[in-house]
Amino acid sequence: MSDITKQSLSELVENIKGKKLSSSEVTKAFVERSEKSKELNAYITEDYANALNKAKKFDEKPNLDLKLPGIPMAVKDLFCTKDLKTTAGSKILNNFIPTYESTVTQNIWNEGAILMGKLNCDEFAMGSSNETSFFGNVQNPIDKNLVPGGSSGGSSSAVAAQLTPITIGTDTGGSIRQPASFTGTVGLKPTYGSCSRYGIVAFASSLDQAGPMAQNVKDCALLQEVISTYDEKDSTSIDFKRKEYSKELTKDIKGKKIGIPKEYRVDGMPKEIEDLWKKGIEYAKDCGAEIIDISLPHTNYALPTYYIVAPAEASSNLARYDGVKYGFRAEGENLIDMYEKTRSEGFGAEVQRRIMIGTYVLSSGYYDAYYLKAQKVRKLIKNDFDDAYKKVDAILTPSTPSSAFKIGEKTNDPVSMYLNDIFTVPVNLAGLPGISIPAGHDAKGYPLGLQIIGKAFDEQNILNIAYAMEEKINFKNNITDWWI
Amino acid sequence: MSIDLKTIKHISKLSRISVDEKKAEKLAGDLNSIFDFIEKLNELKTDNVEPLTSVAETTLKLRSDEVKSKNLRDQVIKNSPKENEDYFVVPKVIE
Repeated sequence: MSDITKQSLSELVENIKGKKLSSSEVTKAFVERSEKSKELNAYITEDYANALNKAKKFDEKPNLDLKLPGIPMAVKDLFCTKDLKTTAGSKILNNFIPTYESTVTQNIWNEGAILMGKLNCDEFAMGSSNETSFFGNVQNPIDKNLVPGGSSGGSSSAVAAQLTPITIGTDTGGSIRQPASFTGTVGLKPTYGSCSRYGIVAFASSLDQAGPMAQNVKDCALLQEVISTYDEKDSTSIDFKRKEYSKELTKDIKGKKIGIPKEYRVDGMPKEIEDLWKKGIEYAKDCGAEIIDISLPHTNYALPTYYIVAPAEASSNLARYDGVKYGFRAEGENLIDMYEKTRSEGFGAEVQRRIMIGTYVLSSGYYDAYYLKAQKVRKLIKNDFDDAYKKVDAILTPSTPSSAFKIGEKTNDPVSMYLNDIFTVPVNLAGLPGISIPAGHDAKGYPLGLQIIGKAFDEQNILNIAYAMEEKINFKNNITDWWI
Repeated sequence: MSIDLKTIKHISKLSRISVDEKKAEKLAGDLNSIFDFIEKLNELKTDNVEPLTSVAETTLKLRSDEVKSKNLRDQVIKNSPKENEDYFVVPKVIE
């Protein structure tokens, strides 16, 4: 069968279940395409030989009742994979081989999928362009020298370029939805507590969530139902009744109330984004949804809040990298000197910057002024959403304030880089689910995304709205395989 | 407010990250622009607001106190940068 890599996950699953394709044929096709796509730099670690072996074994005794039977998959290098190097995009973990598996990836392998390799990302998921990775930047398959977004940039590039049928990323402030928007793909950030954080390299523990990144909404729903499980190994995992999202998926969203928050019309937003949003509103109406104007008054305070809370938690989480128990070590004259040199040489500039911000806002004399203040504003931001959800079922916004930018364009100005996440960060602060779907192109032909934000644990509803709108939008990605 | 080089050096000590003069100056510039941006929060009155410490409105689950993983010594030591049988090795601490 030709063009295996052009098939969606759902098509591949159907073809393997129908015995029209074997796992070996599918795995070989994605491995070959990945090997021809090294220029994108989407992978940090390739595990192709093992993947082909596992596919062969699967075919010898195929279990076709599984949800992902013999499907090859590369995953973000932030998930610990037993016996396969896990770097988090950092020099400090360049030699780290986990002795255990993350819960989310274990759930995926339990449903029959096969690991192909580990995908590039910003160092410790701190970045919006994949340029902070120790392993170099990633090319966006849409256009050469364009960033794929971040931090899950290797993941977005690999799905858009069809190097993997589907993948998982992590999202602390927009790291799934922004790269999905930049590459014309679909990305879901689930409700906080929906997917276990066990075995995911920690960045900001009150915000981090794993989620699927896919070519379409249906594939996204299928992977979400696989990865979302209650896990006693994560004390913030929430024990709620999870749905079979892909089975309950429906385009019937008649009468759903969708809110349009006026505060998301930010200063200096390009007209193209404004137009896309208007078009999105029309699509939602065409699907039978009712549009309601709402207000989220503290939206403008979300980014400053995030840049206190996230670095504070990061500075605490990253204290574990001391050159003693695992990872890179620089030699020093004494213990303290060894710590300081290890962390100075092992972490990149952005990670050091965030550790320093976090240390400062938590330090004696500044805690109340910064950290406590940010936690209070976080409460106000969450209250905004709680109030809005008394009137609406979901909220529609643009995913990002611009399309993908050029590599190197924003690296010297941290604040302009941070502004990328202006529409995605409030969702993490409030712990809500959000999905980005491709909805159009700008004048340069680069993809633009729309975000649908849901109530906590209401993934099914935003998946349904996304599914209905996806059909109306009928988005086509312009990818020319220029790198092959 | 302004973060000076002395403060940068103090934070770097607390962070256990060594910085030379050049790096300290770059960091001071970056941190000042980031804190200018963060200062926006002072526009808001928050005296009567409860701080949000967890978005998940659940209480921590209790579990029975039993050992679930054991004999992990080799796994724990496996990724150590310098190993010496059963221990993590660090530079000499006591003269």
